[in-house]
Amino acid sequence: MKAKHQRLILVIAALLAIIGAGLIAAWTLRNQANYFYLPEQMAEAPPAEGQAVRLGGMVRPGSIKTEADGVTVNFMVTGNTDDAIPVRYSGILPDLFVEGSGVVAEGSLGPNGVFMATNLLAKHDENYVPKELEGMGTEQAAKMAADTTVGLSQ
Amino acid sequence: MIAEIGLAALWLAAALAVLQMVSGAFALRGAEGAINPLAMYARPAAVVQAFLAVLAFAMLLWAFMVTDLSIKLVANNSHSMKPMLYKITGTWGNHEGSMLLWVGVLALSGGLLAGLERRLPERTMGATLAVQGFVALGFYAFLLLSSNPFERLPVPAVEGVGLNPLLQDIGLAIHPPTLYAGYVGLSVAFSLAMGALLTNQVNPAFARVMRPWVLGAWVLLTFGITAGSYWAYYELGWGGWWFWDPVENASLMPWLAATALMHSVAVLAARDALRTWTIMLGVLAFSMSMLGTFLVRSGVLTSVHAFAVDPERGAFILGLLGLYIGGAFTIFALRAGAVSEGKRFSVSSREGALVFNNVMLSAILAIVLLGTLYPLVTEAFDVRVSVGPPYFNPASAIFAIPMFLVMAVGPLLRWKEDKPARLQFEVSLIAAVLISAIALASVVGDIPFLPLLGLGLAAALAVAAALPLKGRKLTRVPTATWGMVLAHFGVAVSLFGMACEGAFTQERLAAVAPGGTEQVGDFSVTLQNVAPVAGPNWTAIEARLAVSRNGGEPVILTPQARNFWSPAQATSESALLTRWDGQLYAVIGNQAEDGRWQIRVWWKPFVTFIWYGGLLIALGGVLAIAGRVRVDVKRRTATAMGDVRRADLEALNAAPMPAE
Repeated sequence: MKAKHQRLILVIAALLAIIGAGLIAAWTLRNQANYFYLPEQMAEAPPAEGQAVRLGGMVRPGSIKTEADGVTVNFMVTGNTDDAIPVRYSGILPDLFVEGSGVVAEGSLGPNGVFMATNLLAKHDENYVPKELEGMGTEQAAKMAADTTVGLSQ
Repeated sequence: MIAEIGLAALWLAAALAVLQMVSGAFALRGAEGAINPLAMYARPAAVVQAFLAVLAFAMLLWAFMVTDLSIKLVANNSHSMKPMLYKITGTWGNHEGSMLLWVGVLALSGGLLAGLERRLPERTMGATLAVQGFVALGFYAFLLLSSNPFERLPVPAVEGVGLNPLLQDIGLAIHPPTLYAGYVGLSVAFSLAMGALLTNQVNPAFARVMRPWVLGAWVLLTFGITAGSYWAYYELGWGGWWFWDPVENASLMPWLAATALMHSVAVLAARDALRTWTIMLGVLAFSMSMLGTFLVRSGVLTSVHAFAVDPERGAFILGLLGLYIGGAFTIFALRAGAVSEGKRFSVSSREGALVFNNVMLSAILAIVLLGTLYPLVTEAFDVRVSVGPPYFNPASAIFAIPMFLVMAVGPLLRWKEDKPARLQFEVSLIAAVLISAIALASVVGDIPFLPLLGLGLAAALAVAAALPLKGRKLTRVPTATWGMVLAHFGVAVSLFGMACEGAFTQERLAAVAPGGTEQVGDFSVTLQNVAPVAGPNWTAIEARLAVSRNGGEPVILTPQARNFWSPAQATSESALLTRWDGQLYAVIGNQAEDGRWQIRVWWKPFVTFIWYGGLLIALGGVLAIAGRVRVDVKRRTATAMGDVRRADLEALNAAPMPAE
């Protein structure tokens, strides 16, 4: 093997590996990135059951109900329309999670149309706000989120 | 007065960076061998600049210690009632202060390089210092023009706003400074690489100069990432140890590049191979440090780490990033052809294995980089996505698994060329351990695929790490080799912890009335009572949990839900019970309407091994540095003694012989 050839082979091997990594990344990202949904978008075109997504909106006043076990809560998330998505979550609630506040739920849609949340993100102080609700009052959260997610439902 | 001294020191340091850059550049103008007279200012400029930048940082530190509320930064980020430790650590718990720390460490390492390094040719040294000065200048400009830490308020504030409570922790004292020192150590490696490239000095002597900087930066990054991971684990109260948060990724990417660079520079020093590849990795590693700084500092991300949300600053750092990375890759493209080919090697050799793993590390780096930037790119098209473990775990495992397998065998191979048949025994031993560990683990329980593979690889790597010592006299093994063995063993330990955490964690979430008991794993957890408590700047409700293992003596754990009053914020303080074989992790939640309290408890077997492994890896790096330095000192003394003896002999010969 000539000297020049070894360097060439090294460069080609490295390039192939990096391109392979890029292709794997692109393919996995298409399947595994969590898309952000508003309640009306989820009602209109629901994601596949079990697919990890995020749901953002406002907690409907009067809808928070704690089950008998004391750790499971059910509530409705609303957006700009009358559509409301029921959410079920087991765990410790964020500190500023109250009725009428903005919330982003991570999880997936269950078989009965209930969104099973594995994590709730709420605005819990001035410095740390879920990205989707950044810089908004709780009332505007859902409205603003709609404006910034144009193109999602297409 | 404090602020004015600090600001003046910063301006002077910036001026000296210009001098260092210009004077260093003149070194390139000199003919081969000759020293340009204008190049003599570069070294002193770097040393004095280091002194001034450190002075500026000390002034800010002092302002925070005495809580000088006439300084805007102090008023916005500190509070007179804060404990002294957090007043000090608060200096770098904000945007301007942390950038000043960045620049301070940058100038200090530049000064150390200029003051202590005498092995390189003067032209290479001049070019290196010019690059170092150019990098420093950009950051001085950033500080002075867009984020002046010493800005005064027209009217001093009556009281400070306080520090984000999540940052009021001993973790903040350790985590950012070590990471910054690591980032900045890579800047020296970058400057050296550019200097060697510009003066065509890419050779083993240059690699030996670069190696301690790369090793040092890598040790600090390893330690910083380990500390940061543990900090997030106990401070955020979510029970996780790695979130694939963009800011965590920002520290992981330079580490991946530095790991590849460290191995590549070792090949260059020992074998004079991989010349251009090493330079490329040097550029890449510092680019990743810069990108990390950009991601964290520009405010494009929202997380606890992003103190600043200011588009002007973001644009400034992005400009610096483009200038340095773009410039470096342009020089690389123009000059790389001039670097002559190093020594060759066959595929089945130690170099071959190292190259393979270098490529794998770069591929993992690409996976992490794309996953981190993807949400930023889609946001430009108004689509909001988040990328988490479902992407990062499998995608990086595709490259990590072959890398671990090659890592087990690589150190056993000979340099240049080796016959795989020679290692028949070792390879079959490693394979046997791998397969039997996986078989054993799958009998124990229903374990997900990746943790199962992790358990097998951890066992195989632990055995393989010790194999390079086989058949050698242990007292005669060089310190640097011990470092490698220890670091590779640390990878096995860490991997074991990660796999166990993924495979065997048990969780219990329940609403418990005082006096009630819950069971998690071998532990029974009894809620004794819940009571309010108060600290210097917070109030909290504290649960007293009596935890007993298999009915043994109970231990009291006290998780808290804290409310800070300046700034107003609530945090969850977890309580940990550490045993040799794992950790019990408890947090307290809200009170239900019927008076019961939410309690969440995890039993995480061997989770501590993740961080023990990280510490072992860092310690391995320290041993490698110590070993190299010792060999180097020995060689220098030997050369010096040889010189003295030769001079003596010459003096004897020159002396007129006495007449016989």
